[in-house]
Amino acid sequence: MYKLEARDIQLYYGQKHALKGISMAIKPNTVTAFIGPSGCGKSTFLRCFNRMNDLIDTCRIEGEILIDGRDIYKDRINVVDHRKKIGMVFQKPNPFPKSIFENVAYGLRINGITHKKFLEETVERSLRQAALWDEVKDDLKKSALALSGGQQQRLCIARTLAVEPSVILMDEPCSALDPISTAKVEELIHELKNKYTIVMVTHNMQQAARVSDRTAFFYLGELIEYDDTPTIFTNPAKEATQNYVTGRFG
Amino acid sequence: MQKIKEKSIEAFLILCASITVFTTLGIIVILSIETFQFFREVSVFEFFTGTEWTPLFAIKKYGILPLVAGTLLTTLIAIAVALPLGLTIAVYLNEYADQRLKAVIKPLLEILAAIPTVVYGFFALTFVTPVLQKIIPSLSGFNALSAGLVMGVMIIPYVSSLSEDALSAVPKSLREAAYGMGSTRLQTAFKVMLPAASSGVIVSVILAISRAIGETMIVAVAAGQEPKFTFNPLQSIETITTYIVQVSMGDVPQNSLEFRSIFAAGITLFGLTFILNNISYWMKQKYQQKYE
Ligand SMILES: Nc1ncnc2c1ncn2[C@@H]1O[C@H](COP(=O)(O)OP(=O)(O)O)[C@@H](O)[C@H]1O
Ligand SMILES: [Mg+2]
Repeated sequence: MYKLEARDIQLYYGQKHALKGISMAIKPNTVTAFIGPSGCGKSTFLRCFNRMNDLIDTCRIEGEILIDGRDIYKDRINVVDHRKKIGMVFQKPNPFPKSIFENVAYGLRINGITHKKFLEETVERSLRQAALWDEVKDDLKKSALALSGGQQQRLCIARTLAVEPSVILMDEPCSALDPISTAKVEELIHELKNKYTIVMVTHNMQQAARVSDRTAFFYLGELIEYDDTPTIFTNPAKEATQNYVTGRFG
Repeated sequence: MQKIKEKSIEAFLILCASITVFTTLGIIVILSIETFQFFREVSVFEFFTGTEWTPLFAIKKYGILPLVAGTLLTTLIAIAVALPLGLTIAVYLNEYADQRLKAVIKPLLEILAAIPTVVYGFFALTFVTPVLQKIIPSLSGFNALSAGLVMGVMIIPYVSSLSEDALSAVPKSLREAAYGMGSTRLQTAFKVMLPAASSGVIVSVILAISRAIGETMIVAVAAGQEPKFTFNPLQSIETITTYIVQVSMGDVPQNSLEFRSIFAAGITLFGLTFILNNISYWMKQKYQQKYE
């Protein structure tokens, strides 16, 4: 049984054909990395899984996206409920202009949870999971915007974990971070794998090689190759993949 | 040649800037001198604590509170109308309406602020008051309520337009975060977007309040020009600005105490808006820093 499945996805931004017939199946409790040069459609494809592309007026999509076997573009699915089960971490840390506590509690609050003890426990657990608890436990009331970039990004991860999604989508989560924060986030991804299915976009080949089980290489809106990470990096089937992972273009 | 041109442009710009500075200074100086003259005859204490304002009667009393009460009352009513409506409109335009609709509605709304206020005044007097009297029979023909309500409609665009600008300026990434967490549109708008835009929203509200406090014509026409120390919106009242108009239009001799009272009233008004502007400036600083 696959956790996520894409079947022949065609996506258009107005006239622009951004994704050309992409099919992919992702197993549960794995880390999948999307690599490829800028503008090849990695973010676009990632955002299909939680229907974030719905926010873009000009965007039109064909094909099927299945999560636990259910087509999220049909089946009269409730988009809002669906997004609650799919966490997303963005390229630039985007905490809400609220306190640290309220950022992590946000997902619970919009679900109508007000039980104070439960909120506190969940916030602590999520911050611990995101390896941020020790750094912020004494000033949970402080504005999240006062944190450093790396801390903000881990806060955003904690915010996502608090609602216990089954899938976490990450769009270049480390691109705005320093090396130390990056290492922390990578370590985190390793641990989270036990509970979650993770799909991440990365520009960093070493990162993809370090953290992912499977790697997908995209080029000009097409999925060129999708295989076990070691295979992609050492013995790819396509020449384009070979060229890209060895840094000969892109 | 080029240098002379540069110099003359610079001189011209300085001239323009100094005109506004000198105008403001001039106003302050004249207000201060006349107010000083006024307070040589009327005690400051009586002025700020007195609850009777009868400069045009035989027994003259100079207590500014009735005018302040009238001003605050109409302003309060106006804000009670403009704040919820304006914010709702701003949220609707930003989160729900599609771009083409927004491009049409926003300028249309701004026309509300461009209608001559005397038109609003007569609208309040000859339409709103009679309609309200059907519902509230005790409503007097001139009253604070109609004036305040209509004033509220007039200042809606101050709240809606500026708040919408503030909402639009919220980074796209924050909206995505909210939707990514599974927020509904309403939750996104009220739990994330409005708090993030709070500095702009507050400034828009304070601007609307300043506008309401300074509004003259609507209250002059529809609220009755009767200085009463009351917070009952069903009665006729007078505001600071309408008093000033009343005296400057009437046949009060210059240099008389009655005439000078308008400067004292003017300084009070100036003080009120000055305080508001400072609050707004301070809010903007405070929230902007947080939001970097
Ligand atoms: N909102 C949008 N409107 C129009 N075109 C877009 C939009 N977002 C992305 N694109 C285009 O779609 C293509 C894929 O973009 P993207 O998925 O962001 O690439 P990647 O994440 O791989 O760098 C690019 O050519 C980009 O210009
Ligand atoms: Mg991208």
